[in-house]
Amino acid sequence: MLIPLFIAIPLAVAFLLPLVARGRPIVSDCLANATMASLTIMAFASVGEVTLYHMGAWPTPIGIDLRLDPLASLLLITVNVVGLAAGIYSVDYMRQYRDKRRYYSLFLFLVAGMNGVILAGDLFNLYVLMEIAAVASYALVAFGCQHEELEASFKYAILGTLASSFILIGVALVYGVTGTLNMTHIASRMSDSGMDPSLLFATALFLCGFSMKAALVPFHAWLPDAHPSAPAPVSAMLSGVLIKAIGIYVMARLIYNVFGADQGVLGLLRWLGVISMVVGGLLATGQWDMKRLFAYSSISQVGYIVLGLGLGTPLGVVGALYHLVNHSIFKSLLFLNAGAVEYATGNRDLKRLGGLNRVMPVTGATSLVASMSIAGIPPLNGFWSKLIIVVACVQSGFYGLAAVAVAVSIVTLGYQLKVQRYAFFGAGSPVSTPPRVEPRLMATAMVVLAIGCMALSVLVISGLDDPILIGPAAHALLGGVFAL
Amino acid sequence: MIYPLCFLLILVGLYGVVANRNTVKIVISLLIMQHGVHLLLILIGYRTEGTPPIMDPGTPPTVFSGAAVDPLPQALVLTSIVIGLGVLALLVALCVRLYERYGTFDVGEMTRLRG
Amino acid sequence: MNRRSSGEGMGEIVRTVARWLNGVILTYGIYIVLYGHVTPGGGFAGGVIIACGFILLTLAGGQQLGLSFFSRRAASFLDSVGVLLFLALALGGIWATGTFLENFIGTSDRARFTLFSGGIMPIANIGLGLKVASSLFLAFTVLAAFQILPTSSREEEEDP
Repeated sequence: MLIPLFIAIPLAVAFLLPLVARGRPIVSDCLANATMASLTIMAFASVGEVTLYHMGAWPTPIGIDLRLDPLASLLLITVNVVGLAAGIYSVDYMRQYRDKRRYYSLFLFLVAGMNGVILAGDLFNLYVLMEIAAVASYALVAFGCQHEELEASFKYAILGTLASSFILIGVALVYGVTGTLNMTHIASRMSDSGMDPSLLFATALFLCGFSMKAALVPFHAWLPDAHPSAPAPVSAMLSGVLIKAIGIYVMARLIYNVFGADQGVLGLLRWLGVISMVVGGLLATGQWDMKRLFAYSSISQVGYIVLGLGLGTPLGVVGALYHLVNHSIFKSLLFLNAGAVEYATGNRDLKRLGGLNRVMPVTGATSLVASMSIAGIPPLNGFWSKLIIVVACVQSGFYGLAAVAVAVSIVTLGYQLKVQRYAFFGAGSPVSTPPRVEPRLMATAMVVLAIGCMALSVLVISGLDDPILIGPAAHALLGGVFAL
Repeated sequence: MIYPLCFLLILVGLYGVVANRNTVKIVISLLIMQHGVHLLLILIGYRTEGTPPIMDPGTPPTVFSGAAVDPLPQALVLTSIVIGLGVLALLVALCVRLYERYGTFDVGEMTRLRG
Repeated sequence: MNRRSSGEGMGEIVRTVARWLNGVILTYGIYIVLYGHVTPGGGFAGGVIIACGFILLTLAGGQQLGLSFFSRRAASFLDSVGVLLFLALALGGIWATGTFLENFIGTSDRARFTLFSGGIMPIANIGLGLKVASSLFLAFTVLAAFQILPTSSREEEEDP
């Protein structure tokens, strides 16, 4: 199938929107959501294909390649489904902002950049498309132009540009040593010649840069400011898919498939994962702002994923990828819930909310599903993925890490119950104005994601090595360096 | 010998980003760091006593590729300069908007988000 | 003094010379864009030169002079048109030969190093040049439209 269309269609519509949608906002709504729907259908249709697409029909060392394999299919489905839900949600939510046409343009740039990063087959294309997604996200975080949003966006933009500069230095060093930018070629040259000191330096730079993009501790300083300040559908996209597509996915690709996973790098990943889990979880319990709590929770859950990737065993990688997909679905659902709460009551402070289950039943029910998922309550999907990661830790002999993972899971349950008790259950709110019911399209998007949560929990019944989605993805990652 | 000087430029830019309080100076230091990275990228493609990578009608391709410097890093740097330009435009717009809201360019004053 | 703060720019000589120079700069920029496959340059560099011509006009004569040559609406329109031209070329590759971005305009060996020997490259360069020129000029104009009044910290901004 035509893989470049994953990047070309959202880019084309993003540039078309300022031309054609000058009148009423419904034109841009329909165009953007139709684009996201077609991308989702194409993503589901791409399952099972393994292709190396040569752009412009130039052969591999000379031309630019796009690579589609099961891991890419899995990430594409995740990105586009969450994007579709966020797009449907923004139809009603973004009515309170002024400029829907430019919002949808930036949103489609974000999706195009992420799709491109997932499909890229050479390092420089990866860098360029990552920058497209990153710059779109800086602009989207600052979309409301209030004090806090601008401050958060400035911090995010400076740190993100620093990370990109580190990654570019890494790309320069890799090019200097191997003489090529194509990932397949780099893999074959490195398997011939082995690890050079400059390649070790390049790996360190890549780890720094991509950890900054993925918001692992100690590179996480931008996330607790940027994700709450963005509009709610943008927070869902940023926390749900952006930190995974341009952070974790690229790191996993480079470490497993291009450079070859050696134990030093994997040990570093385990350390980063464990520290992120603990710091994110502990800092989340003290927050009273709903979205800031969810942002710290993202740091913690990303620590789980990186811990799973750092184990290096098949079970660990399966657990990590399953937790990646799960976290995308339920974290974006949590952020959409927080947005609905803010839309209805006008504030996100947990001390001033209460009893919203009576007024907003859809938000309450979906947020209960998402909270139970992320806390790891059986039989929802979060429980299975965390269990797989803990069992993989025990299997590899890291009993301490497994104990820490279980402890952080209990901490997660703690702060999710805090959100549920203060915002949804309990007595009525002390705020004077009564909250409004959430509009129909916002409720639809949240219900779609909640159904996705529950559907993913059914996925594990077919066995851990399922032949459709996560099993082939894990095999693609563990299959060693790319063969020519 | 020239590569440590490139890294020195990158470190100067990094120090500027970390140590400055004025938002505009932070942006300019980021620009210096990006210049250092671009310089590193071009110098990796350099060949001593090389010719510019522009082909004349009479030269056979093998002689040309043996004598010219590598044009690929130059194309990469062109793209990266344009990306840096886009980020710079966004950052400068953010600086102006921040001045409009907070009344100052000092990042020490912009501490509404904490915890 | 007063004239500068109200956005009318510098004196009459500077404005007239800037208007003449704009033509020269535009010609040079278009040459760099069109010959991008033969000489160094191409879409990016040529687009920046074209934008700098209009920025020179804005610096010399204030925003009115710059915007009278290249209005914000036109810049926004050409911005999108440039990229859509490039994407149309890429999709044209699919329609003609089946691969994205493939060169479907034939070139002959005899015509190397001349203007029409680049296949789809000159048209792609034109699209890129339009995009870069208009977006750079648009970014400059919108940023220059911020005026922070000295008495209060409110600012006056013109919405495009």
